[in-house]
Parts: sequence; structure tokens; C-alpha cells
Amino acid sequence: MKPFSYERATSPADAVTRAAAKPGARFIAGGTNLLDLMKLEISTPAHLVDVNGIGLDTIEKTADGGLRVGALVRNTDLASHAAVTKGYPLLSKAIVAGASGQLRNKATTAGNLMQRTRCPYFYDKNLPCNKRDPGTGCAAAGGYSRGHSVIGVSGNCVCAYPSDMTVALHALDATVEIMQLDRTTRTLPVRDFHLLPGDDLPVGEFALKPGELITAVVLPKPVGGKQLYHKVRDRASYAFALVSVAAIIQPDGTGHVAFGGVAPKPWRSDAADAALPRGAKAVTDTLFADATPTDQNQFKLTLATRTLGAVLIDAKAS
Amino acid sequence: MDIFREPKVSRRAVIVGGASSAAVTALVPASAQDAKPSTLAASVPEMLKVSFTVNGKVRELELDTRTTLLDALREHIQLTGTKKGCDQGQCGACTVIVDGRRINSCLTLAVMHEGDKITTIEGLGAVGDLHPMQAAFLKHDGYQCGYCTPGQICSAVGMLAELKAGVPSHVTADPAVGPKFSNAETRERMSGNICRCGAYSNIQEAIAEVAGVRS
Repeated sequence: MKPFSYERATSPADAVTRAAAKPGARFIAGGTNLLDLMKLEISTPAHLVDVNGIGLDTIEKTADGGLRVGALVRNTDLASHAAVTKGYPLLSKAIVAGASGQLRNKATTAGNLMQRTRCPYFYDKNLPCNKRDPGTGCAAAGGYSRGHSVIGVSGNCVCAYPSDMTVALHALDATVEIMQLDRTTRTLPVRDFHLLPGDDLPVGEFALKPGELITAVVLPKPVGGKQLYHKVRDRASYAFALVSVAAIIQPDGTGHVAFGGVAPKPWRSDAADAALPRGAKAVTDTLFADATPTDQNQFKLTLATRTLGAVLIDAKAS
Repeated sequence: MDIFREPKVSRRAVIVGGASSAAVTALVPASAQDAKPSTLAASVPEMLKVSFTVNGKVRELELDTRTTLLDALREHIQLTGTKKGCDQGQCGACTVIVDGRRINSCLTLAVMHEGDKITTIEGLGAVGDLHPMQAAFLKHDGYQCGYCTPGQICSAVGMLAELKAGVPSHVTADPAVGPKFSNAETRERMSGNICRCGAYSNIQEAIAEVAGVRS
């Protein structure tokens, strides 16, 4: 790990001010992803601003019946909160489908949103990676591609986005609240928060400007329906998704669906949602029409259709 | 002479000595690397004071900011019961309980724990006064080589507290109803602790006994 200086912030505004004062500063919350990357010197911040003492750790009802989740609410607490298990069971199910108990106790809501890819080529510093070292190329594109994205990729990057929680947030139409450098707040639909790699460098990842701080994730009022999260992975627990489906299915067959494991961000579209009453194949035919799979990850397309099919059967049965 | 009880030079002392001399040597080329201006990282280690309670005892340390909680426990407080396996949050050997919650001590910085209350395997129980989970692991032979065991036990203790508090898991049928004690629940919740020897079935027997359920 490269040496770094460290300080504790006392409020969100204080955190933003302190980070802005030090070039190369990063916020640290749970640290479960950042410290891993710092040990490998993939991330080399010169300064860490510890935001664990700044509040933002509560879950509150909003005026319009939604829920405001503080950025520092731990994954365990979010998945367990009565307002979430009752109003947004999809979110609870997605969170506990990811990581381990120990990690969920530390990992935060905002940190989970900011989770970096688990692409092995991003982690291997001996190989080129545009996400790690912009301009070096993408070793993953011609490499072992079983785990990579089947859609939304570019010549610069083909990695998959790892978070489970975020797939649910996309299906739930959540909003991200961000404190800007001038300490005013802007909001962004979570669907716009995660970016596709695109054709420019550095590759797109998060719509967060340097020094900005996520303060909350806001959920609209509960929409009811059957809420299911189905994750397919290589082992039964503690593994990243090959394909995951977050679905909200209403009694009339309409709803929202988002897929994980298939793209550089949770993958969904309004057109695909509109196809839900016509069944799983109609949804995935729409959603993955532009897919560019390799021989090795072609299976994800079949798996996506079948996983959604299983979810739709569960939605009818439960 | 009982060499196992009274070693003149312990293996541990040799390892500690070897590691610190290696660290001193490594610092020299590290500072010399400043010729590479592209990295934003600071070039010299930053030292910081931190104070936390470990197993009921207040510890005041001055540490390189890079020191993980795991390394602080093992290398600075000499509580070597907590083990370093993968050092990247995948194996669970480093699991300790901080303010009542199990966490991976390898993925958190020691300086982030100012004022925290930390319990390690040494604090759960001692010879002659074992924690029920420690006793159950012994009774059910919940290990072979024993390296993952401190992490398994700390994790199991934290896990049962989570189950009792109603934290849902991936196998909980309805998060709104909450979990019920079952073997499926405890197995799922222990997936962050790897046992390379494969003592899982005995580990589950031990946990089931403490939880008061049939495995």
C-alpha cells in the first residue's frame, strides 16, 4: 500500500471541504472495496477523509411516502430495516444475496453504489486495463470472457458491474443525493448515476465529479407487487452473479425488471418493462437485442431469459 | 527439557524480527521511487495515534496509517489468535467483533477504530473458561489444522447475534417475517468463513449446539 495521510470529518460539509483541500483525496466509509484496491495499489489516494463520523446513518420516511437512506447506513441495517423488508423487500433480498455477513456489516449504501468491477483483468496489474490505467487497452476483450458483459460494452472496456444492491435500486427507480463542492445538493436518478464505458477515455463508470459526496439514496413510495431477486452464481453463497434478476411484478403482469451480471451497469429499459406481460422471452428479446456476446459468455443470454422465466413463475406462485 | 514449553527463541520472535528488518530495507527504495511523479500518493509513511479497547483493555498505539486492524492486533498488540489468511476479505480468518458486530479485520484500518470496543478470540474465552462456542468447537471437532478456527468462532458468535436480532439472509423466505433458526440459515450466514480442511459439517454441529437447534 502507498503511504497516505488520514483525517476524520465531522459533518458532510466538513468532509467535502477537507477532501477539496488535499489533492488525491478519497472518502473512506466501510473500506471493504477501497482498502482491497489500495493494498494492490490499483487505487493510490494520497489522503483519506474518514466519513464514518459524519452522520448520514439513518433511514427516514420522506414527505411523499418514500424512504431516505443515509449514505452511511450499513448494508446489514438497510436489509433488516422494517420499512425496507415491508415496503421494498426486493432491496432487502438483493443486499443479502451479495457478499458475506462480515462485509455487509461494514459496507455502506453509498460504498455499494461505488463498488468497482471485479474483472480479473482490472485486478491484474501486469495486464493492460483502461479502467485501471486509461489508454493502456483492454486485456479482457480478447481474454477469458466468461464473466464479462454481453451488452453495453465498448472497445475500451467489457467488464461487468458487480453490485447486487444496485440492481434492485435500478428496478426501484431510486434517486442518488449528492453534495457538490459548493456544498449544495444535486440529485440524480440512479439509472443515470452508473455510466457505460463509452468510446472516450477514461472509461465511464460513475457520474460523480471528484470531491463530490453521496449523502443519501432516496426511494419512491412503495409500489407493492411481488418483489423477487434471483441470483445465479457459480456457488450457492458469497459469489458474484453470472446473471441476476431484480423484478417487481404487479398482479396484472406489468412491472419493472433489471438484470445484473450482464452489463457494465444494471441493465433495464422501459421498452423491456413494457414487454413483461408477454413473458420472459419478450423481455429479454427487447432488452438484449443489441447484445455482443463472446463464445464464452453467450450462455448469459439464455440464462437471463430462463432466470426471468423462473422469477415470473415464482411471482405467480407466491 | 521441554522445548515445546520453553523455547529459547520462539518461531514467532524470528518471524517478527525478520519482518521488521525486511520492512526497514524496503523503505529505502520506496522513498527513492519519488522520481516517479505520476502517483499522487504521499511518499513517506504517515504516523497517527489511535486508541481503542481490545478485550476490555485500552490500547494506545501510534501507527502507520496503512496498518489494518488485523496487523495492529497481531503485530502491535501481539494478539496472534486472529489470523491472516487471504488479507482481502475472502476467507474470514481475520474475523473479529467490533462494537458487537463481526467484521473482517483485514479490510479496515486501525486508525478508523478510535474509541471502538474490539473482541478477539482471546477475549471470548480462555483455557479453563471457554466461551460456549469455543467449547462446542472442541466437542464437535470443528477444525482440522485450526488456522481458520478463531475466525470461524468469532464469526459464529457474531452470526448468532445477527440471527437473534432478526437480520435476514439469502435463505430467509420472507425478510418481513424474519429468519428462523435452522441449519440452512447458519450455513448461509457462515459463507464468509472458508475452511480449507473442510471441517464444515463439524463446524455446523458446533454452531447448532450453541444455537440450540438440531443440525
